[in-house]
Amino acid sequence: MKFAGLLVMPAGFFLTVAALVLFSDTERRAAFVFCGLAVVCLGLVVAVRGHMTERGARA
Amino acid sequence: MNTLPPMVPATGPAMSDAVFALTLALLLVCPLAPAGVALINAGLGRSRSTAQALLGNLALVAVAAVAFLFVGAAIAGTLPGAHAGAGFTFFAGGKPWNWLGAGSFLLRGLESANPTTQLQLLFEFLAVAMVVLIPWGSGADRLRLAGGCLTAAVLAGFVFPLAAHWVWNGGWLGQLGANFSLGAGFLDAGGAGTVHLLGGLSALAVVWVAGPRRGKFPKEGLSTAMPGHNAVYVLFGCLLALVGWLAWNAAGAILWLHAPLAELPQTAINTLLAASGALMTTFSVTRFRFGKPDASLCANGWMAGLVTSCACAARVSPIAALFIGGVAGVFTPLLVELLELALSVDDPSGAITVHGAAGLWGLVAVGIFSAAQGQLIAQLVGIAALLGLMLPLVYLLFTLLNRAVPFRADADGERIGMDLHELGGGAYPEFVIHRDESYR
Repeated sequence: MKFAGLLVMPAGFFLTVAALVLFSDTERRAAFVFCGLAVVCLGLVVAVRGHMTERGARA
Repeated sequence: MNTLPPMVPATGPAMSDAVFALTLALLLVCPLAPAGVALINAGLGRSRSTAQALLGNLALVAVAAVAFLFVGAAIAGTLPGAHAGAGFTFFAGGKPWNWLGAGSFLLRGLESANPTTQLQLLFEFLAVAMVVLIPWGSGADRLRLAGGCLTAAVLAGFVFPLAAHWVWNGGWLGQLGANFSLGAGFLDAGGAGTVHLLGGLSALAVVWVAGPRRGKFPKEGLSTAMPGHNAVYVLFGCLLALVGWLAWNAAGAILWLHAPLAELPQTAINTLLAASGALMTTFSVTRFRFGKPDASLCANGWMAGLVTSCACAARVSPIAALFIGGVAGVFTPLLVELLELALSVDDPSGAITVHGAAGLWGLVAVGIFSAAQGQLIAQLVGIAALLGLMLPLVYLLFTLLNRAVPFRADADGERIGMDLHELGGGAYPEFVIHRDESYR
């Protein structure tokens, strides 16, 4: 689960880069960048949850 | 997409002798910042690991400097290489993406380089020293010297130079303004992202890989309190760090923003105000929550304010700097508590919050308070790059390194303390070491 979260994080980064390449108008670019950042944060949350689950299983 | 040969970077305005001398003097004061962080790391650890912690600070800085000389400087691309290039570039969406530096190997040509480049390189050597100290503090009381040195080598040789190239040396993040009309591109003159966010994320990776100190999180009940052993080290380290930070932010403004001398006093004032705002709010929050202000959390708040100033000191008004620091001071004690109590993250120095979260907030705040159109988007893209790519990369590298050379000491080493275990003698030989009940 932790590794799944860590894999999702680069996906969010590539979404922000895609926003720069694909859109030229400010609104859509900003929306996509926010979405990309949200995906990065989602990946981080999943990784943290995965770490806690691992620790709980070990204890 | 096609790969092109290295491109020549855009250079800043020429530097006069007076500005060169001033910047060099500022850079020679900057080591007080990592010195303050080193003292804080030592003070927030246990007394039986103090000598190992302080020796580790020196060893990590030494390893980082050598790794940056042999590998990192070429990747960062500050000093132009044999082809007078600044990096490797591909084209996507009709825009150049300079993603990797191609600087001179072993600093060849340093003596004949232009003065600005020489000083930028010195700044990066100091920055790399700061980056490697941040995770060392989080791994206190259980991280072995060998493990710490390996993390320093990886950070200084590969990870930091990549970020430094992207942000400072003509890389794609620094060029977001020119290529995509996003404000002035990703702004980070003092290294809030390149140094502190990266260091904070590395600290999180180290804590995940090494695990918590033994007895920190018992099977039942709340986590065990393991307070720092010397508040004097911690608070004096904060004062020392302030001096270093004042010089650091002023030097960063000159080198990366090409700020005129007339703007430097405000940069220094903003640095002090950000730290002051953070200390005042942390003081109030801990006073409200615990009935009395907490010295170590106040120190964390002060440092968080300094970290936010790295991003914003040269770019915002004094009132904005005070506000930005104040916000950092509010979330710092709360996040330190959340990480320990709710997320089971054992971070003795609080580096994940102080450097990681505060660095991130500073970068966002520059975007919020900037009048330039698209600046906030540029800052968010930079944060996504550092958070989304660097954390997984650092965690993967540290996990692999930990398989080859275990990061943490064995149970016996942790019980007797890292000083006796690794050095054969303690920092305070006249002290009686009490039996630790948490190991029973």
